[in-house]
Amino acid sequence: MTEPTSMAAPHSLSTQIRRDILEMIYLGGGGHPGGSLSSVEILVCLYFHVLRLRPDEPAWSERDRFVLSKGHAAPALYAALARRGYFPVEQLRTFGQPGAALQKHPDMQRLPGVELSAGSLGHGLSVAVGMALADRIDRKDRRVYALISDGESQAGQVWEAAMAAGAFGLDRLIAVTDCNRLQVDGFIDDIMPIRPLEAKWQSFGWQIQRVDGHDPDALLAAFAAAQETGGRPHMILADTVKGKGVSFIENRVEWHSHPLSEEQYRRALADLAQTDEATA
Amino acid sequence: MSAAFVDKPFGTALAELGERYPQLVVLDADLQRATETALFQSRFPERHFNLGVAEANMVCVAAGLALSGKTAVCGTFACFISQRVCDQVVLSVAHCNADVKLIGVEAGLSSGSNGATHQGMLDLAILRAIPNMSVFVPGDATETRAILEYVVTHPGPAYLRVPRRRAPVLIDPAGYRFQPGRSVRLRAGGDVTLITCGIMLPRCLEAAEALQRDGIAARVVNMSSIKPLDETEVRLAAEETGAIVVAENHNVLGGLGGAVAEVVGETWPVPVLRIGVRDRFGEVGPVDWLAEQFEMTSAHIAGAARRALQLKGRLPHR
Repeated sequence: MTEPTSMAAPHSLSTQIRRDILEMIYLGGGGHPGGSLSSVEILVCLYFHVLRLRPDEPAWSERDRFVLSKGHAAPALYAALARRGYFPVEQLRTFGQPGAALQKHPDMQRLPGVELSAGSLGHGLSVAVGMALADRIDRKDRRVYALISDGESQAGQVWEAAMAAGAFGLDRLIAVTDCNRLQVDGFIDDIMPIRPLEAKWQSFGWQIQRVDGHDPDALLAAFAAAQETGGRPHMILADTVKGKGVSFIENRVEWHSHPLSEEQYRRALADLAQTDEATA
Repeated sequence: MSAAFVDKPFGTALAELGERYPQLVVLDADLQRATETALFQSRFPERHFNLGVAEANMVCVAAGLALSGKTAVCGTFACFISQRVCDQVVLSVAHCNADVKLIGVEAGLSSGSNGATHQGMLDLAILRAIPNMSVFVPGDATETRAILEYVVTHPGPAYLRVPRRRAPVLIDPAGYRFQPGRSVRLRAGGDVTLITCGIMLPRCLEAAEALQRDGIAARVVNMSSIKPLDETEVRLAAEETGAIVVAENHNVLGGLGGAVAEVVGETWPVPVLRIGVRDRFGEVGPVDWLAEQFEMTSAHIAGAARRALQLKGRLPHR
């Protein structure tokens, strides 16, 4: 079984996952709301539409691989995994609790469905390159997907991986950059500008697409186009809003890593419901 | 002492193992002559990847290959595979328990001609402190082949320091089987124990000969398995000989000397003297000259053994 039993519309699923993220960070006494909320639609599209996988058999040998390199978006990944059936949704409430498998950053040894332990930025794309090389040796027809962030792209290792994937022509590698324009210390443009990303990836031999990272249709079209184009690795630059869906978190640098008080949690949920209604 | 030598025991064994183990892949970072992977590459070009001067990427690509069912061997100079990529090794290899074998060549003072910047004297200390990581330092050509085959056939992260070019044969390959956490006693003796690994092994055997001429019976233990350590043999050395000298081609902080001292301190405290680089950076020069300069010759080992005996109380204090 590779398709979810009930495929909810991406929009309501995204709202559900945003609620999960807020609850986890509220109950867990902290976490990374900004970068989790910005990557929700990307993860929903991957886990509910794009990835070939078996939630009841996480180690299925023919599954597509998904590497979350921006490990601080763990709450978004956990919510997507739970909603997709990898583990009970109730387990999300253990996020950040002492000894929990749902740590603040993903731990592949502790949680089914997590393909890579992540948290130190810059590693994931290289690992994805290795996975794609293994598939090439084994002549597997599956794909490797990776999610990195724009701030993470300041790390030199990202470009080492870009160079290798381009040189090896890994066209079954499809990466997404969550371009939310912020990093821990401020706006990327103010800390250490990395623009223009398109030209950089292009010059390393990648196929580039630029999409609205909160528009599921646009994302799905980009994934489909990437799957159909051979010869080069694929980068989908997804323009997002850090903290998307909660007005007092959106584009606010202090919400990269921040706990939610009970009052803030309630306000965030109300906010989310309001945004939901407005866009529904 | 005289010994037979073998050319490129590592590179030759790697290519042979490639034949027998189709899951074996090899990665380089522009130091292919040092890592001796050309033979493997010529036989299995589709399983060899040269990532260029990009060691961090090499280590994580190796992890990705390993997480997709491959056994990934990736190597460079010992200083780079430990210092330069420590974070990648800790998270993407060790924490993920990926089947990656890290290879360090020209460790310690062995890279004499390249000078201080290339003398990796911290690799054992760094890699030994990482959970899930095994650390091995073969003492000769026999062990190089045996340990390489062991790590290739046993899943999990491991670090292997290997000799480049020629290596002596000090252990008879007939009947030798490497086991992690097991050492080889190459010389019996009850007065003092010399514990060593790698290129310091022949020097310890020479030191034992010299001590013998003075009536001192030195036991020589080749401890190629740094982690897991042969704690039983270390404790026996402490209990039965009461004095230990550890000689290694590494900083005296955190390597084999540190590992032995930890076990001795916790089980059977006796003097443990360390021969190695005394917490300083290296210098350019021939290996033999460097051994003098850094007080790491067989004479220095023998001298340390005498001091250990004094501490033990067997010889009178001056």
